[in-house]
Amino acid sequence: MTDPNSPGPAWFHRAHGGQVPASTERNESLATSGMWTKCAGCAQFLRSEELEAEAMVCSNCSEHHKISGEDRLLFLVDDGTFEELDQEVTSLDPLSFFDSKAYSARLAGSISKTGRNSAFIEGRAKLSGRPVQIGTFDFAFMGGSMGSAVGEKVTRMFERGLDERTPVICINSSGGARMQEGVLSLMQMARSTAALARLRDEGLPYISLLTHPTTGGVAASFAMLGDVILAEPKALIGFAGPRVIEQTIRQVLPEGFQRSEFLLEHGMIDQIVDRRDLPARLAEILSLLLD
Amino acid sequence: MAAFVLDFERPIVDLEETISGLRELSAKGGIDVSAQIAELEAKATDLRKEVFADLTPYQMTQIARHPRRPYTLDYVEALMEGWQELHGDRNYKDDPAIVGGLARFQGRNVVVIGHQKGRSTKENVHRNFGMPRPEGYRKALRLMSLAERFGRPIVCFIDTPGAYPGIGAEERGQAEAIAKNILVMSKLRVPIIAVVIGEGGSGGALAIGVANRVLMLQNSMYSVISPEACASILFRDSTQGARAADALKYTAQDCLGLKVADEVIGEPLGGAHRDPEVVFTGIGEALNRHLCELEAIGFDAIAGDRYDRFRKLGVTHTAPPPQ
Ligand SMILES: [Zn+2]
Repeated sequence: MTDPNSPGPAWFHRAHGGQVPASTERNESLATSGMWTKCAGCAQFLRSEELEAEAMVCSNCSEHHKISGEDRLLFLVDDGTFEELDQEVTSLDPLSFFDSKAYSARLAGSISKTGRNSAFIEGRAKLSGRPVQIGTFDFAFMGGSMGSAVGEKVTRMFERGLDERTPVICINSSGGARMQEGVLSLMQMARSTAALARLRDEGLPYISLLTHPTTGGVAASFAMLGDVILAEPKALIGFAGPRVIEQTIRQVLPEGFQRSEFLLEHGMIDQIVDRRDLPARLAEILSLLLD
Repeated sequence: MAAFVLDFERPIVDLEETISGLRELSAKGGIDVSAQIAELEAKATDLRKEVFADLTPYQMTQIARHPRRPYTLDYVEALMEGWQELHGDRNYKDDPAIVGGLARFQGRNVVVIGHQKGRSTKENVHRNFGMPRPEGYRKALRLMSLAERFGRPIVCFIDTPGAYPGIGAEERGQAEAIAKNILVMSKLRVPIIAVVIGEGGSGGALAIGVANRVLMLQNSMYSVISPEACASILFRDSTQGARAADALKYTAQDCLGLKVADEVIGEPLGGAHRDPEVVFTGIGEALNRHLCELEAIGFDAIAGDRYDRFRKLGVTHTAPPPQ
């Protein structure tokens, strides 16, 4: 029994804003040996080259394997049209945050590992000939977490859409706000979403694509605000991570909870789309809205 | 019901109880103990200064979560007149973790929205410890739209451990509900002032926090994650909250430095619960002053003012793209 005067049950202290959701294990253990890759869905061996050509989707069972942010972008847009912008934007360490390692060192590590300055890649591109602003999270960069640099780039992407009067497409995959930048990372939700609000007022479409996983502060801002929201199959999408929910309610979550199919059933997204169909689908939706 | 006392408050509260016991004794028995009382009073004053003057971030958090701390409805009662609470999201339910309604505040009519915690176990179950579900945010959104239609300024009181992480909350779109509030608030043409009165818990707080001015009580916090959750991720130990609290820099003073807060409102020594009148007065004065300033800006520029405020939040720099 909880002390009636205690400042609340112990469980709520674990309740919110976790950086990396529990179930990111999916697709992590992709066995690759040279030319062959074992499918995480059907265990069949696939030619690595062919798997890459199919945007990492198994031709046998349609399992969607992990794909890098950059590869995904290049797969979606017209060949040779992606012009990356704002590459120089990077986070600082305003809190001098230190856990087992200094945040500045973590940041430097992610920069050298990914060859990028932040967890967000954005710029101009064409989609079936139509100019768009497009951006994607890079999950390899600190779990796609959103700090000041990501917030700045997402905001610039929306602002540029407004300036150049183009649609905006955002590909989400993020564990949420970046803990190491504290409350400033929380503020990025408001900053980016305010820019989106201006885009919407001008009648310019924004399509949000949700990929595995999209949770926390990214889900609770621009990711869930698309004029049209698409998701890849079986992606984990939600506000709280499943482990946090399990700890809170002290029961096992139902099968398929917080997956794309669950969200579709509950009216939270418009469609689940096979990754291989995305370029044509995005172009068609934009055409139906704009032409 | 014995009053809740924090560990570090204990010696002070014990001393204060001894003093009031002596006072009673002297009143009843006519024994003169005024010398002892004066001596103990002096000791209590010193002790209060010693303990309360230099609180650690985690001690401040314990004060921010103190079960005797004034909550939203206490501020409404102290500062507003003609309170008409309005219920429900017109869609699914009324969420008691968020309260809202119409009121008069120092000569103007306003819409008030706030997280609401409970004091007893029963009340806390009813209020879900101040952790809203989507219907709470949707009620808030409905009231904000009402404020916009009738040109009423909005006052938000923030005091939540966070949005509730549960099955039903996820099914009904907790993420979408928070996102939608942030989106709509960013465009409202009426002044919005948010006051963090206790816990500013992550997205659950921000969902009623996209304001022209954000004020914070001295011991309140505004954080992307609770110190305990942060500790369980970083140190794999949720009891290391004090360490995480230092690292997260979420105190009112820190938030002021990061420009997340625009003003810090002082609390009495030891926290708002020890003398609520002090914070009622302080918040009343600050609210009126900021509302006057914002009313002078005019409806047309209010959304732009809010945009500029949030656009600047964040610390980035430019570096050449790594090779
Ligand atoms: Zn397969």
